Amino acid sequence: MSDISSPSSTGVKAWLTSENPESHLQASCGRAYYAWLDFAANRLALLGLIIVGLLVAVAAFAPLLATASPVAPDLTQRLLPPSAEYWFGTDELGRDIYSRIVYGTRLTLYVVVLVAVIAAPVGLLVGTSAGYFGGWVDKVLMRITDIFLAFPRLILALAFVAALGPGIENAIFAIAITSWPPYARIARAETLTIRKADYIAAIRLQGASSWRVIWGHVVPLCTSSIIVRVTLDMAGIILTAAGLGFLGLGAQPPLPEWGAMISSGRKFLLDQWWLASIPGIAIFVVSLGFNLLGDGLRDVLDPKSGD
Amino acid sequence: MTEPLLSVRDLSVSFDTRKGVVEAVRGVSFDLGREKLGIVGESGSGKSQTGRALLRLTAPPGRVAAKTMTFDGIDLLNAPGRQLRDLRGGRISMVMQDPKYSLNPVMTVGRQISEAYRAHAKASKAVAKTKALEMLEAVRIRDPERVYRAYPHEVSGGMGQRIMIAMMLITDPDLLIADEPTSALDVTVQLQVLAILDDLVSQRGMGLIFISHDLNLVASFCDRILVMYGGQVMEELAASELHNAQHPYTRGLLNCLPQIDARHVDLPVLTRDPAWLL
Amino acid sequence: MIDIQDLNVVFSSGADRVHAVKDVTCRIAAGESFGLVGESGSGKSTVLRALCGLATGWGGRVTVDGEALEPTAQRSDAFYKTVQMVFQDPYGSLHPRHTVNRILSEPIAIQGLDKPGSRVEEALEQVGLGHGFRFRFPHQLSGGQRQRVAIARALILKPKILLLDEPTSALDVSVQAEVLNLLMRLREELSLTFVLVSHDLAVVSHICDRIAVMRNGEVVEEVTADALAQGDPSERYTRQLLVASKGYDRAAIDQFEDFG
Repeated sequence: MSDISSPSSTGVKAWLTSENPESHLQASCGRAYYAWLDFAANRLALLGLIIVGLLVAVAAFAPLLATASPVAPDLTQRLLPPSAEYWFGTDELGRDIYSRIVYGTRLTLYVVVLVAVIAAPVGLLVGTSAGYFGGWVDKVLMRITDIFLAFPRLILALAFVAALGPGIENAIFAIAITSWPPYARIARAETLTIRKADYIAAIRLQGASSWRVIWGHVVPLCTSSIIVRVTLDMAGIILTAAGLGFLGLGAQPPLPEWGAMISSGRKFLLDQWWLASIPGIAIFVVSLGFNLLGDGLRDVLDPKSGD
Repeated sequence: MTEPLLSVRDLSVSFDTRKGVVEAVRGVSFDLGREKLGIVGESGSGKSQTGRALLRLTAPPGRVAAKTMTFDGIDLLNAPGRQLRDLRGGRISMVMQDPKYSLNPVMTVGRQISEAYRAHAKASKAVAKTKALEMLEAVRIRDPERVYRAYPHEVSGGMGQRIMIAMMLITDPDLLIADEPTSALDVTVQLQVLAILDDLVSQRGMGLIFISHDLNLVASFCDRILVMYGGQVMEELAASELHNAQHPYTRGLLNCLPQIDARHVDLPVLTRDPAWLL
Repeated sequence: MIDIQDLNVVFSSGADRVHAVKDVTCRIAAGESFGLVGESGSGKSTVLRALCGLATGWGGRVTVDGEALEPTAQRSDAFYKTVQMVFQDPYGSLHPRHTVNRILSEPIAIQGLDKPGSRVEEALEQVGLGHGFRFRFPHQLSGGQRQRVAIARALILKPKILLLDEPTSALDVSVQAEVLNLLMRLREELSLTFVLVSHDLAVVSHICDRIAVMRNGEVVEEVTADALAQGDPSERYTRQLLVASKGYDRAAIDQFEDFG
């Protein structure tokens, strides 16, 4: 069998590592392949990737993996310790904690992805514009950023949620609003060095508009550090979401949000440890996974490393 | 000839990379007395790696191997870390290309020079200061007291490189390795700095290894030249004999330089022969 | 083709005020190859940057191909098709995340020209790089190959004037020879006007017919390359540069004057 598969795999490898790519696609794939080799050499980063991959898989197949409904109470089965039937035990309403954790991955991913999708582009746009144009544009945009940075993040999020009303969407919105300023800062700092580069001068001398320079030339170079930073921030975002959930301002019962689960479980912490500990461990593992992944990505994507 | 100051046989430096082992330096041998030896080559020729390997400053994951590499009877290859540290900056000094990166930006020039001295000679601060001021004067800095108190960003590039030379020579080394010491400078300043270096080297009877890409400069400055290409020594010759160079690589390098007094002809292009690297 | 009169460039940031270019006047005819030579800080590059709008806020009158320029970053589309520039550092002048194809197609897209594919192939052919280089990233190219790509990028809009800012000073001498030959050939074939800035007298006199020697923002003198070849410039400063370019000569160095 290996005889049959090896020629094709060397064929793919040769295609990827070709010195003379025939198309843009091949060139990009080749670069991605080398980046992957770098990334895969880092064991911890791989572990992070596996954890994050598991999170996505569990979220996708939650109905298949869960053994019971995450929301339907069964008061006859209250506060049972972990057993063969209830792997992680049951909570004060008799719901299976394992199934709640499994469904909780969906909420966690929902929060993380939405925050990243809202906050990262806003930060990128504000930061690159401020850095590229300089002058009053820079002053105005960065002072706005400073105002947002001046508030403690959780407090600001609390204020927003208090104003908008509790709920998972509002919590996401509040977290997104409070997490873009650091991205704007990073993007601006990178832009300040990039805009002095000769390749920016060269494209300007070909009549490129500012928009084209920012979008086509500055943003691609800032993206990688933003991706790294967002990945590293994921842990913080999950914790903030859990914090809001814990304070009762995030996901509302009976949604199986991990922070809310800890919150409701804390009353039973001394006698029924599994109620709070299991979601706590879940938060810990996923946060760790994102951090490891972020560290690995930083090593691979750092624009100053070689290419 | 008496026992050479530095003797290198079969020096090689190799790096493990994803694409296999890269040999940056392959089988380089030379002897150095109290003279000026120039190592010339293009980028990637291994000239800088040769200089670094002598002080065992090869960056990891590089590996250095040699049949022999002795400095005044000391085996540099197997010397213990302590002895090497004493040699570095003490009896062997190194000047790098850009003074901006070699000087500590948050320490005054004077303090850096006197600390370099005190690191290798047991001396009081006052003695070190006098010594540093003397040294600044020796590299023809007009107002040593002012420069002594200045921070690196307050001095020009030429001045910075003179300060580096002062700092490297204050311990009275027997061997100075200069890796492109003046390439970042304007041509007249470059020559003035070299003149200072030249005078100090001949007064103190030191050995000098001068690493550069500039064939003409090396030929006019040094006594002897090693021409390197692809990690190997292509040719070793007396500087005065450069125009009689035999090796096609040396000849090619000489010919492809534009000349002020021979204009508007196509420059001969250097064709590299893989057979050179056998 | 290029007419510069009383060009003054002053950079000021806070209390620091640097008069980088002082009253520079020169006139460059079509098809001519003009050199600006000087040491660092002489203002030679600033003249180029003022010309193409990378340095702004200058004073004086500058006309390029009949078009009077404003001291701002704004230039007309016609200007970009007339004047292009090649930069010093081939490692800094190509976008690290763009393929050669993207680098060369972008000007075509900006100026809305037709047949981008064949234009890119043609430009690569012109600078002696084959089709195999089209989809490489800059990090897969050597310094000389990168500089060829930079030259191809400058030529792709078919300009009449090429501004060359130390185009070979970051290259090895053997590669420098190849790039200089390429530039000479292209100038012949495309009847380009060159303005070359360099610190290297030999390079400038190899490429250029007429050379302005600059020091501290001023033009010290204008010499023809022939006069330089005969070793007979009139200014002491130029003579000193000439002596220095010949290599190390202990006796001559003691005669050096500090022109400050």
